[in-house]
Amino acid sequence: MNWLSTVDPIYAHGLTAVVLLIVLIKLLVGFAVLMASVIVMIWFERKAISDMQSRIGPQRWGPFGLLQSLADGIKLMFKEDLVPAEADRFVFKLAPYLVLVPALITFAIVPVGGTLTIAGHPVMLQIANPPMGILLMLVMSGISVYGVMLAGWSSGSKYPLLSSVRASAQMISYEAALGMTIVTVVLVTGSLSTHDIVTSQGQGIWHWNLIRLGLVPFIVFVIAITAELNRPPFDVVEAESELVGGFHTEYSSIRFAIFFLAEYMNTITMSAMIVTLFLGGPAGWVPNVAHLRWVFPILWFLVKTIAFAFAYIWFRASLPRMRYDQLMDLGWKRLIPLSLGWMLIVAGFLVARGWGFLMAALVLVAWTILGRAFEIGQGRETGVDTVLPAVGERPLPGRVLRDMTDREEG
Amino acid sequence: MSGPFSFFGGFKLTFQHLTRPTVTTSYPQAKRPKQPRQHGRHVLNRYEDGMEKCIGCELCAGVCPVNCIYVRGLDNPPDHPVSPGERYGYVYEINYLRCIHCDLCVEACPTQAITESKMFEFSFTNRADAIYTKAELLVDDQGFPQRLPWEDWREGEAAMTGGWMRATSPAGDASFEGVVQWTGDLGVGVRAPEGGQSENRDDAATGSKQLRNIFPKHLEPEDVPLEMRGLQGAINNARAKMPRRKTRRDRA
Repeated sequence: MNWLSTVDPIYAHGLTAVVLLIVLIKLLVGFAVLMASVIVMIWFERKAISDMQSRIGPQRWGPFGLLQSLADGIKLMFKEDLVPAEADRFVFKLAPYLVLVPALITFAIVPVGGTLTIAGHPVMLQIANPPMGILLMLVMSGISVYGVMLAGWSSGSKYPLLSSVRASAQMISYEAALGMTIVTVVLVTGSLSTHDIVTSQGQGIWHWNLIRLGLVPFIVFVIAITAELNRPPFDVVEAESELVGGFHTEYSSIRFAIFFLAEYMNTITMSAMIVTLFLGGPAGWVPNVAHLRWVFPILWFLVKTIAFAFAYIWFRASLPRMRYDQLMDLGWKRLIPLSLGWMLIVAGFLVARGWGFLMAALVLVAWTILGRAFEIGQGRETGVDTVLPAVGERPLPGRVLRDMTDREEG
Repeated sequence: MSGPFSFFGGFKLTFQHLTRPTVTTSYPQAKRPKQPRQHGRHVLNRYEDGMEKCIGCELCAGVCPVNCIYVRGLDNPPDHPVSPGERYGYVYEINYLRCIHCDLCVEACPTQAITESKMFEFSFTNRADAIYTKAELLVDDQGFPQRLPWEDWREGEAAMTGGWMRATSPAGDASFEGVVQWTGDLGVGVRAPEGGQSENRDDAATGSKQLRNIFPKHLEPEDVPLEMRGLQGAINNARAKMPRRKTRRDRA
């Protein structure tokens, strides 16, 4: 039982019935809160975006339309559950859960508040604190790519297939930049556990990774995570004007609802993850109120998370969708060199100041060379064989075939 | 915003919109003001003495492009005439499954017997209900259109019949615009002319409003009417919202 107490101090006196009960309650509360927050998030998004577009938004169900998403959920459950004839039935039915389960698990490592003492046991306000910590997030976002990919592939329809190809390429390429910024945070903290990452930022606003790491990893992380979530302006996976509904075009009823649920759950979780990694999580000013001191960290956490949830909605209202090649350009040509270089600079400064400046100089040179290379690549004249003639001037396939056979004979 | 921060112009715009009023009208509960020439359900008018205006000439039926009007005229009974003159409309039916509300019948009518109200929200659930007979089309004894159970009439709408007819000038002659050449109606007397192409329209008398006066906040700055801009605009707005004081002419 000794190794357990290194994971969570609640197991210090062994695995008793009380401890199990506390853990179970924590799990249930976390699950319920996440589910409820999805409902509120969908309502919040619809209300905020309709305000930005001078509309009213949901208003019929409940006060201010708060119960609208609940009504939608109930409606979706009672709809007919269709499986297309061309679909791979088993994979088609499996895919939604491959998206939902990672979305649920990722939230488990988010520290929501400080540490409480219940019945003599120190209870961390976070569902789990595994030693691998933040790596769990990367693992889970990797698995959810499978969900999206298999959903698109197993539908047996062309638009979902296109969408799933886009999704896999996009999510994998942005995961590189994402991982690099997380490494920067981990380097400074010296620990993978989210609890340690949060406590290391607890000494005030100047210790937040947002400022301590110099803004760049934060900006890269926000952009990369928006792409990872397939949210606008990076929603080429679900581009309605190009791909009907994207990978979930063929889904209906509760399976569609699960995709929707997972998507919004991910949005909330990733907002919380930004807060955890860069804004000190529940850190903030706590007034000296008896018995209620534990509430304020939770409030701080909520305020910060809601701010980022709003930021996603703001992105959606303000930015037009990127083209697919622009998306790839941004990921590979801008974000990956930027986050890699910044990671090296931070690593250099962690060793010694001299190394830091040397690393900064080297990275600057590398960025300049890379920038010049991209510039040359952009301006390069494309050869004749790489450019297709206009549609009207293009020879028909039969014509091409005849030309080839004629040439061989003659 | 310009320069490197121009990227954030879009963010600023959407954020500003959070505070602006919504343009949505909650339709079944509230409605936008209708335009003076709105084409709606027909009414058959009566003179101020209660006589019907229709003379059974069937010009409306003849001009109707979709043949939705069916009229049969009959000689007026000498002891109790229905209309002044020789004949009256004995049968008058309009099939609203066919009517396209083009108002050619209104234009053709020599006595302004048929005009269109602004009411267009009527949804019958029975095909037979779609055929309005003379009993339903004729205005009641107070001069108001009859309200059928499936029609959605709102406050003040019943008085606004025949706006289209009163907005156009006969034979396109501009000098006749705004000149009264129609007979009086039962209950209301001679109606005021509606504003036509020219600017001199009497919005108070006809109950119409310009859309740009309703949504100045959503217009480009140069499109906002002069009297609604800046400080003067705010004063005018407040004055318009205040309960109207009675002028000496009103009291008289």
